[in-house]
Amino acid sequence: MLNNQGRPTQPANNNEASSRRRETFTGNRGLQQEEGLIFEFGRAEVSGVDIDEPAQFKPRLGKFERKTPLGLPGLSEPEAVRHYVRLSQKNYSIDAGLYPLGSCTMKHNPRLNEKMARLPGFSDVHPLQPQSTVQGAIELIDELEKWLLELTGMSAVAMSPKAGAHGEACGMMAIKAAHEARGEGKSRHIVIVPDSAHGTNPATAALIGYTVRAVPARADGTVSAQAVREALGPDVAAIMLTNPNTCGLFEKEIVEIAKAVHEAGAYFYCDGANFNAIMGKVRPGDLGIDAMHINLHKTFSTPHGGGGPGAGPVVLSQALAPYAPLPVLGVDKTTLPGKSFTCLIEQEPELAGTARKPFGRMTAFHGQMGMYVRALSYMLSHGADGLKQASEDAVLNANYVRARLSDIMSLPFGDKPCMHEVLFDDKWLKDTGVTTLDFAKAMIDEGYHPMTMYFPLVVHGAMLIEPTESESLASLELFIMTLRDLAFGVLRGETERFTQAPRLAPRRRLDETAAARNPILRWTKPEAISVAAE
Amino acid sequence: MRYLPLTPDDRSLMLSRIGAANIDELFADIPRDKFMRALPDLPRRKSEAEVERLLSRMAAKNTPASSVPFFVGAGAYKHHVPASVDHLIQRSEFLTSYTPYQPEITQGTLQMLFEFQTQVANLTGMEVANASMYDGSTGCHEAVLMAHRITRRKKAVLSGGLHPHYADVVRTISHMASDEVVSMPADVTAAEDIIAQIDKDTSCVVVQSPDFFGNLRDLAPIAEKCHAKGALLIAVFTEAVSLGLVEPPGAMGADIVVGEGQSIGNGLNFGGPYVGLFATRQKYVRQMPGRLAGQTQDADGKRGFVLTLSTREQHIRREKATSNICTNSGLCALAFSIHMTLLGESGLRKLARVNHANAAQLADMLSAAGVAVLNDAFFNEFTIRVKGSAQQLVEKLASQGILAGVPVSRLLPRAGLDDLLIVASTEVNTDEDRATLVEALR
Repeated sequence: MLNNQGRPTQPANNNEASSRRRETFTGNRGLQQEEGLIFEFGRAEVSGVDIDEPAQFKPRLGKFERKTPLGLPGLSEPEAVRHYVRLSQKNYSIDAGLYPLGSCTMKHNPRLNEKMARLPGFSDVHPLQPQSTVQGAIELIDELEKWLLELTGMSAVAMSPKAGAHGEACGMMAIKAAHEARGEGKSRHIVIVPDSAHGTNPATAALIGYTVRAVPARADGTVSAQAVREALGPDVAAIMLTNPNTCGLFEKEIVEIAKAVHEAGAYFYCDGANFNAIMGKVRPGDLGIDAMHINLHKTFSTPHGGGGPGAGPVVLSQALAPYAPLPVLGVDKTTLPGKSFTCLIEQEPELAGTARKPFGRMTAFHGQMGMYVRALSYMLSHGADGLKQASEDAVLNANYVRARLSDIMSLPFGDKPCMHEVLFDDKWLKDTGVTTLDFAKAMIDEGYHPMTMYFPLVVHGAMLIEPTESESLASLELFIMTLRDLAFGVLRGETERFTQAPRLAPRRRLDETAAARNPILRWTKPEAISVAAE
Repeated sequence: MRYLPLTPDDRSLMLSRIGAANIDELFADIPRDKFMRALPDLPRRKSEAEVERLLSRMAAKNTPASSVPFFVGAGAYKHHVPASVDHLIQRSEFLTSYTPYQPEITQGTLQMLFEFQTQVANLTGMEVANASMYDGSTGCHEAVLMAHRITRRKKAVLSGGLHPHYADVVRTISHMASDEVVSMPADVTAAEDIIAQIDKDTSCVVVQSPDFFGNLRDLAPIAEKCHAKGALLIAVFTEAVSLGLVEPPGAMGADIVVGEGQSIGNGLNFGGPYVGLFATRQKYVRQMPGRLAGQTQDADGKRGFVLTLSTREQHIRREKATSNICTNSGLCALAFSIHMTLLGESGLRKLARVNHANAAQLADMLSAAGVAVLNDAFFNEFTIRVKGSAQQLVEKLASQGILAGVPVSRLLPRAGLDDLLIVASTEVNTDEDRATLVEALR
């Protein structure tokens, strides 16, 4: 018998009718320890925080005192530390190994950045304390803006978006506001999105009421200016294009595309997820782009944290700059007589008489300050020279992987240089009985996080590898030799090595179909489950 | 450069193996007339010590909450976060891991999210919660969009007690999507008749409690009218600690509950990153935005967790997704979950009681000093009337080393409420802090 944590409920005996092979009594495998849920072993009366009951006072809750049970187990500090350390040990991380997720830019996260973000002057200041008491925080935002504008060659930046998709929404709303200002808010209701785009692009366009018109990519993986021209019209508000694109290629007709878009009265939104390939090599502003978000959690190394927080500032062209959402940086001369200081302008009336017409507000406060500190720390550390070198090394590493694997894995668009990520398809797996998924799972047994798989959608069985500039040549070589060994394994017919993978991870393949068919999204008392089942 | 492992020799060797004469051959697709020949006009690289000096100088110009008597709230709150929380979230395996798309090697993040979802559902009195939103304000607009999908109506009614910036975020998105918004006027004393606004076109009513001015509001009659008219009640909170002591929205009939989770486990951070909490009824789960962790089994029959119901999400559904959200607030959700686990039910109740006691005591002291406290029922925050401009008063007190609160006019500049000040008192305030503030406001 095993309980619901996968642990045995009693010592094994020879009569036990279980076909499951039991490696250990505990279910643990050496350093790899099984761990229950806090709801299974925490206790309501235990706390890891010492708080004294307040002295006598007159309550002011009216009739609103909580009667509903809380159902929140507590753990003492040693128990809590052990729980979360054990959980952490079930995760892969960039600190532990190469993390080749294409389109995600899993680069090293410098610890200096963590230290800087925790300075009390940044981490312990409130967004609504008087601006005279947060001048250093505002100065930091101002400085980060300068770096972003210089690197991108754009006119203005909206800092507050909280992640890439939020930045997309911000840029697209600036575009909609600009069309509205020209009286074309209603008539321009189409947004052109190539098939190869991130899912966030069409989702963003739909979010703010646009209809998506798809354009196909050419056989070489890029979008042609001709195809864009054919899709343009007086009903088109914008194009959303990723550059470098999700196939790992620079859109070589981008200048012509921008020109066609502008001639049709539309704007050019660029998904900046792949900015890590081009820092110091080309500026989006010089290519005719009107709006582009920058993922500080990709290009500028703020940690991914298992799915966020990110930050997605949006750089804007001259045409869109006036519409940047609140708050915006400005110079204040009104609050304190005789004093002037840089401030964040938070309310529209303060902008009366200026050219600024903010389209609204993206979030309650000023955006992701904690991420700004980390990103600026990264930029200052690299400098202009280091950032350019980082992009060059990222592109060099991806091309090295391409060159060393192109004889065995298949490249959908031919063997030519890529940007910071290299895209393979599954042609080479045809008739082997091994799929892209199987190959990816076998990488787990070899100690690697898989590459991005089945994205972009325009390529069959896609495998998108982005090694980033953080890998040494030795690390790349081991990765390449591992993939070669796996690839030869496929060709030798070692099918089980793939279809049964992973065998050595904390869990084997998980049943995602069952999870979706009968969703269990929270812990419930086991008795309650059995009652419900009857 | 200390973060770049390749040496010049490595680069030459790699280029020769690739078959490129120089690095710029790899950038050949960039139009030549746009290709940058010179470095960007920015400083060169700096050592760790130099960066530390520069940023520390900027940080030193700010006044940290912990360094002064501090009563600023209105959507973000100063609480003590146990040292173990910040230590644990800096574990490499949590900090530097990506979204758990490969569940076999991300069970740590997935199990944590499953625990977080359960904690949030129990705290709010709801059935299910998602794996987090960016913050409370963006969660609020997502809740409105979700209500529109469920009811197939397009009109949201916003309470005058809703945080003004949350209302701005909802109005911004609604304007862009051509959805209707009815905004009630600022409602300092919870006196509005929002029930009268609910009609057959209403998709949802958005009510905050404790509200922007600190008032606790009765959601039950609003929920009742909403349900009678086929509309949904969206309940909002910005102070998660309040739920340790105050009846949760789920028990008062709310259909969607969204809130700011910063108070638990997360610092003030000048406004972000924070963590949006999002909970609803089981029957609406397929219309929820954001990620969901769910329980399942692996090939050996062992319990495990995966991201699930992803057919709602942008990477599968593209323009038909329930939201465009991708990256959310994973690490802040972890901080929330660890702090909540350390508190437990007994600790959270005590923390909430201390907060309430501190604020109630401060309100009594202010009343005794002749300052008008405008709230009837409140948790750890309330609104007072001062003589003259609250904005100028706050600036004056800041120069004396007291951060006294948030002037209402800062968020509602044209509402004629220039003499109102919102004051929050949490467990970090001492008797001395309160005495100092009362003396200054006397």
